[in-house]
Amino acid sequence: MSYYDYSGRYKNVEGSAAAAVGNDDVERALAEEDTSPLDFWALLSPAAENYLERAAEKAQEITLRHFGRTIQLYAPIYVSDYCDNQCLYCSFNARNRGFRKKLSLEEVEREAAFVADAGLRQILLLTGESKKESPLDYLRECVLILRRYFSSIGIEIYPLAVEDYKLLIADGVDGLTVYQETYDEEIYKSVHPAGPKRNFRFRLETPERGAQAGMRQVNIGALLGLADWRREVFALGMHARYLQDRFPDVEIGVSVPRLRPHAGAFQSMCAVTDRNIVQIILALRLFMPRLSIAISTRETSRFRDHLIPLGITRMSAGSATSVGGYTAQAAKGNALSQFEIADHRSIPEVMAVIRQRGYEPVFNDWIFGI
Amino acid sequence: MKEDSLEIGGVKINCRLFVGTGKFSSNTMMRDVLLAAKADVTTVALRRVDSGAKADNILDYIPSGCKVMINTSGARTADEAVRIARLARAAGAGNWIKIEVIADNRYLLPDNLETLKATETLVQEGFVVFPYMSPDLAVARRLAECGAAAVMPLGAPIGSNRGLKTKELVAIMIKEIRAPIIVDAGLGKPSDACECMEMGCAAVLVNTAIAVSRNPIDYARAFSQAVQAGRLAYLSGLAESVDEARASSPLTGFLRDGD
Repeated sequence: MSYYDYSGRYKNVEGSAAAAVGNDDVERALAEEDTSPLDFWALLSPAAENYLERAAEKAQEITLRHFGRTIQLYAPIYVSDYCDNQCLYCSFNARNRGFRKKLSLEEVEREAAFVADAGLRQILLLTGESKKESPLDYLRECVLILRRYFSSIGIEIYPLAVEDYKLLIADGVDGLTVYQETYDEEIYKSVHPAGPKRNFRFRLETPERGAQAGMRQVNIGALLGLADWRREVFALGMHARYLQDRFPDVEIGVSVPRLRPHAGAFQSMCAVTDRNIVQIILALRLFMPRLSIAISTRETSRFRDHLIPLGITRMSAGSATSVGGYTAQAAKGNALSQFEIADHRSIPEVMAVIRQRGYEPVFNDWIFGI
Repeated sequence: MKEDSLEIGGVKINCRLFVGTGKFSSNTMMRDVLLAAKADVTTVALRRVDSGAKADNILDYIPSGCKVMINTSGARTADEAVRIARLARAAGAGNWIKIEVIADNRYLLPDNLETLKATETLVQEGFVVFPYMSPDLAVARRLAECGAAAVMPLGAPIGSNRGLKTKELVAIMIKEIRAPIIVDAGLGKPSDACECMEMGCAAVLVNTAIAVSRNPIDYARAFSQAVQAGRLAYLSGLAESVDEARASSPLTGFLRDGD
């Protein structure tokens, strides 16, 4: 049974509990040592908005015990923005006209050297989803270059079969990031009108295929703004819990990106405020104490800095979200950025703030080739 | 008091508080803690050692004279632990290895079978091996028989700060195993460490409780003193505790009465 079948059993929990959550439920959830799915739902409820400070104290204490005063730093490298999908919320949408680019291997090397020179050792390799323009063989060659510069390589590419993930792992990949975007199948179909990504189930089962193949880390996420965020985050948490239970030796991580301005006219369907994001991070931390939680440069510097002591464990820094964005001058004017960055600070600037807050920025957390 | 040091692999260890280096707010703070505790032994995760030119190498912050035991944190199998150990030695980090094989991200409990396999291999390759394990007498015996320098049962899950929850099992191991028993993980308060030492543990290893304390330096000192107190009490012979006054002999008193 995959998560697609498993997730059905929580539809009723969510529906029946939704109206019933009151202060008592939230207080009980905060007092519990083990947070149940119903407690998690209570922590995501409107009633829990009045308990943010208490939840924050608990989340901070749990995060310190499990992760200490450390924040992991990573950066993305975009190698291609060709895409066969038509995600309404993304600049790489196949229907968006614009300059498209795929890096040559020399350019990949130049980008890698640039990011590594800033000290980063954890890299996330990203592409638009085009098997034709960025086929598996090309991605494998990119990995062979990246492994000379980084100790940990994650991929955020089109979903693959278990056997293909095994090939990438043999080349040096240790992490898989794949966002479901929305767990609401109807909305999913409406925002993915065409392209291979339209297959909701194949995408939903991608994290477990990666775990089966032997990934050390699997990161999932929901793009907040596409559907009711409480239901989305509940589904995301249940998905993370499912993966952790099935694959106890895999580090499970989540991201909760919000829709950002992009090339295209799509507008967010549900507003998600800073206050909501804080509530989400606290609820996730209480529900899954060892969950890795990442915050990207989509969020503003001020907001990211305040999140450091609240339960996040990973931050991207100094990111470029366009192909060749670190080194290619030509790319800067014309290229499509997947989304607009809100935190433009350099890696040393982000490091300085992390230290100011009493945390140690961590670059290295794995040894390539073990 | 006569000199009381622990000797492992030819190294004399005076401070029986081993301190872990993870989770600190900075390498400088970690160094200050090791100095404040007067630690003779510390453990460093190889995966956190960044030897790149731009990097702040954690090993540069270990005070001289403090023996480094590289740990295999992140290893999920015996093979991974063995490879980390070999890499550490090749990189000049010495041959003291704390084996940590964990394939359970929810509770972080060690895999004793894989730990035993890794210990057997690494002892044969000349490493001084400290296996971290769930307290289990049969596995502890086999670890000691195959040449582990010490056996390191957990007191409670890593990072839980719950104290010596495994007391009964650790007590049996102290009685039965000839290798030194070092309680590792879960100790939250100095009194927890003191309790371990009073029972006869050879040493304790503490990390999270100190690293995330509001004042890590003073907390490390407190742990250090608690370990000394517990050790001294153990060596002096603990006074027997009784639950109530024993005024009479209800069962055998008649023998006296008949005289």
